Amino acid sequence: MNARPKLRIATTSLAGCFGCHMSFLDIDEHLFELLERVEFDRSPLTDIKHCGPCDIGLIEGGVCNAENVHVLREFRKNCKTLVAVGACAINGGLPAQRNHLDLGACLQEVYQFRDCVIGDGIPNDPELPLLLDKVHPIHEVVRVDYFIPGCPPSGEAIWHFLSDLIAGRTPRLPYPAVRYD
Amino acid sequence: MTSPLETAADRDRLRRVVIDPVSRVEGHGKVSLLLDENDRVREARLHIVEFRGFEVFIQGRPYWEVPVMVQRLCGICPVSHHLAASKALDHVVGGVPVTPTAEKMRRLMHYGQILQSHALHFFHLSSPDLLFGFESEAGRRNIVGVAAAHPDIARQGVLLRKFGQEVIRATAGKRIHGTGAVPGGMNRHLSAEDHRLLKTDIAQVVDWSRTAVELIKRMHRADPALYDAFGAFESGFMSLVRSDGAMDLYDGHLRFRDAAGAIVLDRVRDQDYRSVICEEVKSWSYMKFPFLRMFGPETGWYRVGPLARVQNCDFIPSPFAEAERREFLDHGNGAPVHATLAYHWARMIEMLHAAEVIRDLLDDPDLLAGPLLTEGPRAREGVGVIEAPRGTLIHHYQVDDDDLVSMCNLIVSTTHNNEAMNAAIRAVATRYLDGHTLTEGLLNHIEVAIRAFDPCLSCATHALGKMPLMLELTAPDGTLLDRVVRD
Ligand code: SF4
Repeated sequence: MNARPKLRIATTSLAGCFGCHMSFLDIDEHLFELLERVEFDRSPLTDIKHCGPCDIGLIEGGVCNAENVHVLREFRKNCKTLVAVGACAINGGLPAQRNHLDLGACLQEVYQFRDCVIGDGIPNDPELPLLLDKVHPIHEVVRVDYFIPGCPPSGEAIWHFLSDLIAGRTPRLPYPAVRYD
Repeated sequence: MTSPLETAADRDRLRRVVIDPVSRVEGHGKVSLLLDENDRVREARLHIVEFRGFEVFIQGRPYWEVPVMVQRLCGICPVSHHLAASKALDHVVGGVPVTPTAEKMRRLMHYGQILQSHALHFFHLSSPDLLFGFESEAGRRNIVGVAAAHPDIARQGVLLRKFGQEVIRATAGKRIHGTGAVPGGMNRHLSAEDHRLLKTDIAQVVDWSRTAVELIKRMHRADPALYDAFGAFESGFMSLVRSDGAMDLYDGHLRFRDAAGAIVLDRVRDQDYRSVICEEVKSWSYMKFPFLRMFGPETGWYRVGPLARVQNCDFIPSPFAEAERREFLDHGNGAPVHATLAYHWARMIEMLHAAEVIRDLLDDPDLLAGPLLTEGPRAREGVGVIEAPRGTLIHHYQVDDDDLVSMCNLIVSTTHNNEAMNAAIRAVATRYLDGHTLTEGLLNHIEVAIRAFDPCLSCATHALGKMPLMLELTAPDGTLLDRVVRD
């Protein structure tokens, strides 16, 4: 198109369901327009495993384990603008339903006391990241610049938001695109 | 069989290499490899590292919330969970069978889901490996690279997925996490406007799906040695099939085949899954390892998903896909095809089948009118089984006197493939990594094998984890300085 350097976008899913990433892909053919203006850093869509310096970071999902905290901080450190995408990133979403439960008891129920389940008992290998007691919204861990509500926000809302941001405007979603379901 | 590579004997002396996160798959997983001083792989494991606790916190919720809640297990295949839960709860509200209109609307939604998910997986996630090579430059190995080098292929992938998503929107109200199915039926018809819209595009979608099958066949033909041998190993298969043996992704009975292709168990009612399937827990993954009870955990594991389904059914009830299935079987020369990369081929055959099913359903006036709900004597328990894009998905609920869920058990598609995915990475590690200095490209071979299964690791993280009290101290360059473990 022109010689303007491309903006760099990183995306990640923490304790989310990938629905927000799928909604991002629901921009459909706009993807090709977007690719004229941006390039991707770390994302589930690429093979870049660590976030480098970026203009925009999109975070799906809340924070449920130590690894989520680590990845989120890496994103904050590297991304000029950090965006909480969807209900899980904004307030924990459905996974936060576990916040009123006792983890140990739940674990026993699933891994030990179910019919037809045999084996080692509760998984505890050091490769498995330390789980947090509660699922946290991402703004409790890092500063967040924008929040896009919805579960997930529609592809249209995401496209609108990114178009504004990329064009240098303050993102403003049209009223019908602001939804919480 | 438990492979020696599952757990090395002298783990403390070995060097650890991790692939974290496994990318271009859905969800959160990592691979750990342990290598000895000669760079021989001594242990290879796929770990599922996240837990979200759905099975537990759904207990205590009113049953009618469940079909909407469980979609949040997975944003790639929300419809599978939505429908499996609805099918299970049909039993609770006495809604079996649902009305013809409700069943056809659900089928339309489901095959739309198969279409979009298969397109996403093949074009957006896996095609970069297949088009550019496993060891090609990592920065280009993604959909952006495909869009630049093969714009037509990328565009077709994006538009195929879009059509599938539109089918879902038309039947569920939203592309992701909609509300179409309810216990006992559906809450809407197909609108005349959406009907027109879908009718306009379906012929093109069937066409593109045929092109996609041609594309993957061309890849197989271009490098048969790689495609037939990469990560290959033998196993049995499981899937639903219709009462006449046809492929049916929405409903049917369970059938199991052994590695030689012989049927070992058939006509198992979905409500009886527990009498045939057990699960094993291993300390190093939050994903359980299911196995066929009659054979035990050592030999009773199996594969699910496209590779299993295309070979487990007796025929595919749509002409183009059936012709493709026959060609696929011919490739095996009378023996089952066990190649890991053949998953992609089978997946594209299913995508074509889904397009054909949608085309035929759109000619059915029942979608536009007719009763939507069935009610009957209440029950306290129900099982719903469906063939999700990635394989057999099982939802099981018990409901108490206050209409609250008192028990929820989920066995998701990817869980069934747990042992198989581990077998695949062990095969690849032995064949390609052993004795070599590990490069990014070599490690990507491991991920290529995992991707072939199209794992949905979010789905697989529905169980809650406990806190292994463990602290790792790492230097800025990532080397591990200290680790404290307390249990
Ligand atoms: S906000 Fe909704 S769609 Fe997004 S990750 Fe959470 S559950 Fe999934």
